[in-house]
Amino acid sequence: MGTLNSSLSSLLSNLAQEINPKETQEIRDSIVGSIYSCAEAIAEKVAHHELERRSELDQKIDNVVTSRLLGIPIMLALLGAILWITITGANYPSEMLAVGLFWLEDQITKLFIMINAPAWLHGVLVLGMYRGLAWVVSVMLPPMAIFFPLFTLLEDLGYLPRVAFNLDRYFKKACAHGKQALTMCMGFGCNAAGVISCRIIESPRERLIAILTNNFVPCNGRFPTLITLSMIFLGGTVATSYSTAAATASVVGLVLVGVGITLLISWLLSKTVLKGVPSFFTLELPPYRKPQVGRILVRSLLDRTIFVLMRAVVVAAPAGAITWILANIFIGDLSILAHLAGWLDPFGRLLGMDGIILMAFILGLPANEIVLPIMIMSYVSAGAILELDSLNALRTLLIDNGWTWLTALSMMLFSLLHYPCGTTLLTIYKETKSMKWTVFSALMPLAVAIIVTLLVAQTAFLLGLV
Amino acid sequence: MSVSIVPLSQLPNGGSGRVASLTAQGLIRRHLLDLGLVTGSWVEAIRRSPAGDPAAFNIRGAIIALRNEDANQILISID
Amino acid sequence: MELTYVDFGLKPLPDQLVIALAGNPNTGKSTVFNALTGLKQHTGNWPGKTVLRAEGSFIHRNNKILLVDLPGTYSLLATSADEQVARDFICLGRPNATVVVTDATCLERNLNLVLQVMEITPKVVVCVNLMDEAKRRKIRVDVDTLSRELGVPCIPTTARDGVGLDKLKDAILDVATGVTVTSPRRVTYEPYIKQAATQLEARIRPFLPKWVNHYWIALRLLEGDSSIIKAIWSRLEDDSVRAVIKEGTAAWAR
Repeated sequence: MGTLNSSLSSLLSNLAQEINPKETQEIRDSIVGSIYSCAEAIAEKVAHHELERRSELDQKIDNVVTSRLLGIPIMLALLGAILWITITGANYPSEMLAVGLFWLEDQITKLFIMINAPAWLHGVLVLGMYRGLAWVVSVMLPPMAIFFPLFTLLEDLGYLPRVAFNLDRYFKKACAHGKQALTMCMGFGCNAAGVISCRIIESPRERLIAILTNNFVPCNGRFPTLITLSMIFLGGTVATSYSTAAATASVVGLVLVGVGITLLISWLLSKTVLKGVPSFFTLELPPYRKPQVGRILVRSLLDRTIFVLMRAVVVAAPAGAITWILANIFIGDLSILAHLAGWLDPFGRLLGMDGIILMAFILGLPANEIVLPIMIMSYVSAGAILELDSLNALRTLLIDNGWTWLTALSMMLFSLLHYPCGTTLLTIYKETKSMKWTVFSALMPLAVAIIVTLLVAQTAFLLGLV
Repeated sequence: MSVSIVPLSQLPNGGSGRVASLTAQGLIRRHLLDLGLVTGSWVEAIRRSPAGDPAAFNIRGAIIALRNEDANQILISID
Repeated sequence: MELTYVDFGLKPLPDQLVIALAGNPNTGKSTVFNALTGLKQHTGNWPGKTVLRAEGSFIHRNNKILLVDLPGTYSLLATSADEQVARDFICLGRPNATVVVTDATCLERNLNLVLQVMEITPKVVVCVNLMDEAKRRKIRVDVDTLSRELGVPCIPTTARDGVGLDKLKDAILDVATGVTVTSPRRVTYEPYIKQAATQLEARIRPFLPKWVNHYWIALRLLEGDSSIIKAIWSRLEDDSVRAVIKEGTAAWAR
């Protein structure tokens, strides 16, 4: 066998000597040229154009959405519009779901009392599991179920390649690939999907940069957290009629911070551990396509809902149970949860947050959707039991626990920048096949999140803003 | 009739010409060929991104964006 | 002398025909895939969206068919990983037929890929998709002439509305089962290239299984791409395969 293999190798190496690189290049040029001229000749015979072959409407749209003046403002406006619709639209379903689910909780509780179930069982199953689930469903589901279909519409229309086109220059400056913008767009939906989409970047160096920075785009699991906190603390500071607009603006601002950090970190990586120059870049701007609106809305709404419900059952319910257990097993006169939060508290304060928030981020590693619910459950179990069926109740709860606008801002920044969720980390491992890069992809964003929140909080303290 | 040769990156929007030659070597040359930029292909500059780079070209019916340093390696003859 | 599909992570049923789906990016390839298989793979409008290779199955006229969606590429000259995946599957996965989805509004660019696929395998069906778009832009595509020019069945479709899919399925089945015998159009290369390729073909023949197109591989070697011959060798795990080739080599040595 070896002899055959070696005779093939010798044939190949002989060949390499017989034909010099210059000839190889000429031959290739000629081959590709012949194929294209054949294609040209056939196309000429069979396709008859009566008009300009490209759509005039496409041209006009592109003239606006990629224009020097309006290109980037339109991108921001579209993002703002989607967020605004999400925030406005999610309000009512959220409240209705909360009222319904907490009504159901009361009924279940009555049932537990009726059958004389032990208090701990009711605690684990109802106050832990059910509440975790109810929170994820009522707070997280509506914004996700609205945002995702809207974003899918833009995707189907063909707008995303224009975003990459508009932003490529900045990625080039960061020594990264322009298609990274596309992978970031996918990250809005889900960072795991964003990481997979990095396969469209051919150069391994630039692909790794895109993978490592994908989580600086807030995914669907984090948007509701950002929106809720913005509504409570930043929307609350202006007149009610403007609160949605203020919340929208603050979330758009956060996304911009995320994009800025992405570019900065991409550049830093390019200058240090992932040294290199930008590779070849081509990007097709496909014709716009009329999206099949009805089908997309229904499909992605259903898909999202099922996805969120599945995650709620698989992750939020167990996390809720664990949180309740931690909050109700006492060591000395403090619960385990209180001990943990107590340990984390000094560090949390340093970053403008508190121990419970940090603990929620740690317990929320499996899925970003559960960070906010865990935090709320921890606050609730530490204090009086509240019926949390509106943003106002949540606002009161948070303020009772010492929250200020800085706490909200710090938590939002931390949520934006910290390590990706467990699913994404697993995906990063599958894509890079490297434990080293997977660990790096968790620790690097964590360091960024800590540095940024530390700087913001300490500046605010120093200036006496809080 | 005078023919001038310019790099593709310098073709103004709306301007068109035919590929005279590629100065790119190796992998980039292969990529450019595969896109249909063989000698004699007609190319039209369509638009620039807000920052001026990359630019989009009509290459055999598809609108394809190239960065300046890559488009520089494609020489275009304009009559 | 069989290469198994397991090499590509595919496990078709014994009586299933394997069909590859190739095409340029943005030709509605995923839409065609969904329309044929009834699957609901998401179809975004950006190049490179099919990052995960999808598979789906359907039954047509009592024949079981496994459809494999390949990455969208402009070419098969293996400049990128996507192109290599598509090329290796068409060449080494030995699908019963390969469907090339093309964009009716942009035929020239798409025919480039069709011609390249036809160099690897004669079992090709061309799906001329986006016919509605072509009509809207007043582009008339003479699909019958195209079929004659290419020497393989060409079927006009508007996949998103389900138009033309039955005919496409018929054509796929007929090509896959050998009912339709194709005679693919050959690209004419410059004489010196043709001559060099013919000479090289004889030299590499002993090293290759019969079912790959030796002329096509000779062309790849001439342009400095030995990846395909290496890909073939890395997949020839089975000793019996090697034995057959070895016999060939021995005969050649004499």
